[in-house]
Amino acid sequence: MSRRIHPAVSGAQPFQRAERSEIEGPILATDEGRERLEMSLSRYPVKRAALLPMLGFVQEKRGWISAADMAEVAAALDLTPAYVHSIASFYTMYNKHPVGRHLVQVCTNISCHLNGGEEVLERFLHEVGTREGETSKDGGFTVIEAECLGACGFATAVQVNDEYFESVTPETVPDIVRDLRGRA
Amino acid sequence: MSFPHRHELETTTLLSRYQGEEEARTLAGWLDLGGYGRLRTAIGMTPDDIITLVKDSGLRGRGGAGFPTGLKWSFMPKDDGKPHYLCCNADESEPGAFKDREVLRWTPHLLIEGCLIAARAIGAGHAYIYVRGEFFPYTKILNEAVTEAYENGYIGEDIMGLGWSCELTVHNGAGAYIAGEETGLMNSLMGNRAEPWSKPPFPAQAGVFGMPTTVNNVETLATVPGIVEHGADWYRQWGSEKSPGTKLWCCSGHLVRPGNYELALGLPLREIIFDVCGGTPSGKPVKAVIPGGSSTAFLTGDELDCVTTYEGMQEAGSSLGTASPIVMDADTDIVAAMRRIAQFYAHESCGQCVQCREGTQWIVRILQRIEAGDGELRDFDTLYELCEQMTGRTICVLADSVVFPLRSSLDKFRSEYEARMSPSLVAAG
Repeated sequence: MSRRIHPAVSGAQPFQRAERSEIEGPILATDEGRERLEMSLSRYPVKRAALLPMLGFVQEKRGWISAADMAEVAAALDLTPAYVHSIASFYTMYNKHPVGRHLVQVCTNISCHLNGGEEVLERFLHEVGTREGETSKDGGFTVIEAECLGACGFATAVQVNDEYFESVTPETVPDIVRDLRGRA
Repeated sequence: MSFPHRHELETTTLLSRYQGEEEARTLAGWLDLGGYGRLRTAIGMTPDDIITLVKDSGLRGRGGAGFPTGLKWSFMPKDDGKPHYLCCNADESEPGAFKDREVLRWTPHLLIEGCLIAARAIGAGHAYIYVRGEFFPYTKILNEAVTEAYENGYIGEDIMGLGWSCELTVHNGAGAYIAGEETGLMNSLMGNRAEPWSKPPFPAQAGVFGMPTTVNNVETLATVPGIVEHGADWYRQWGSEKSPGTKLWCCSGHLVRPGNYELALGLPLREIIFDVCGGTPSGKPVKAVIPGGSSTAFLTGDELDCVTTYEGMQEAGSSLGTASPIVMDADTDIVAAMRRIAQFYAHESCGQCVQCREGTQWIVRILQRIEAGDGELRDFDTLYELCEQMTGRTICVLADSVVFPLRSSLDKFRSEYEARMSPSLVAAG
């Protein structure tokens, strides 16, 4: 962290990123974990409200959220692991399984559908050699179909980790994949 | 690329004036542009005066429902001794809408200023900005702005030394369309599933954390500083009596120049589609338009002479919604488009109400069958029956939201559906 995160924004940090640290064991027991928990708790009148921010923190660090992580977050916030699971499974952005280094989400909702979103999705699957929802053999890519990403005027919208790619066509997909591979 | 277009037609730029200018993002740049002066003015006013001003301006909520903003604020109890909260809805998730992110990414301080003025008006000591989880790049920009504003005394204790304090927190969602519904948003903010609740209690009675709360859209709050600066009459010079002001338009689908435009309310829809956005790239006629985001009723290519005000679009049988026309040219497969829209609602139904949870799934399956050529004439009856059963019978309007496009597409494009059914099955039906 180049700059101390202000408490007001502690709960809102990108939680899907290309570079992930490999933290073994309990994640909230790290210095950063403790700090983020304390900051998040300071922003809400009830403990439970820190749940989404803390799940976000886990995913930011690990790339996905395991059952053990959910139990750890539950304990920190006086919740049951089952309750935390019910939250993690409700929201689509929490990865309940490990995903590839690049999580590619292709919007095929109405505006993107009208502009060939499905073909863009197919092309991504073809280029990285995987099936929808699965991770490529080299662990580089997971490609999924996404609901509206809020960039409808610039169809097709594609999100890769925390980055937006707009006005994507099947023809521009190979370049994007090559660029992403180069970063890995 | 995703830049707000400046086009040759006359546009009004209250909200989008600084979009595209990097300097407006920083606190120093914003102060040079007169930033936080309106907040200073508002802190000098009584909350009632701010509410009266916004009421007089006629500003209506920009999240889709168009509820008068000043009136909403006036529902907040006075001197009740409880903490009050402001929630800014930046969950922008209506398919077709992509306007709030432009406010977040270009003028975050405008939004902060609007939030604080609203908080002042409703007596809130804490404002939460609920940003949809997918908006990472824009959350980062907003985070920078909030941090800078805190560090320089524009948010927090004793703002600008004027003796008024207000906290502000940015909160990310995690992928749930229904978190854009106000009670769903508040549930999500409290660390629950984003399930809407049945009103009453209304947010102004018992909202987030059980306390009086107002939920306003990003665009609504970003409009407020201008009204504080220039007054209600100034704002009323644009738009109509019932729909004053300007609106950020999100134009998508088959268009030569899709994108964001800020336009005074009241232009004919046809002008927006053809003059502003250049018509269809194929040059073919427009077959259909969903004018206000995917939750609004279809208009046919012959119904585009309607006036783009809240009341005008209602007269036309649709709704202004989030002013997000999705344009479909003559080659569009209406059945496939409707199936795709229905899939979205089936995916996003929170599952509390049977009509919505089951109904959306049924609709998808029937439409998939019709699309595959296995439809039967009686499918129309089932679909209309579903429309009937899903309207006004659920906690929130998600079920109604799929009915608007579905029913209107069945009414207006029946022949498209029939053409997909095999003759033998149509006869058998």
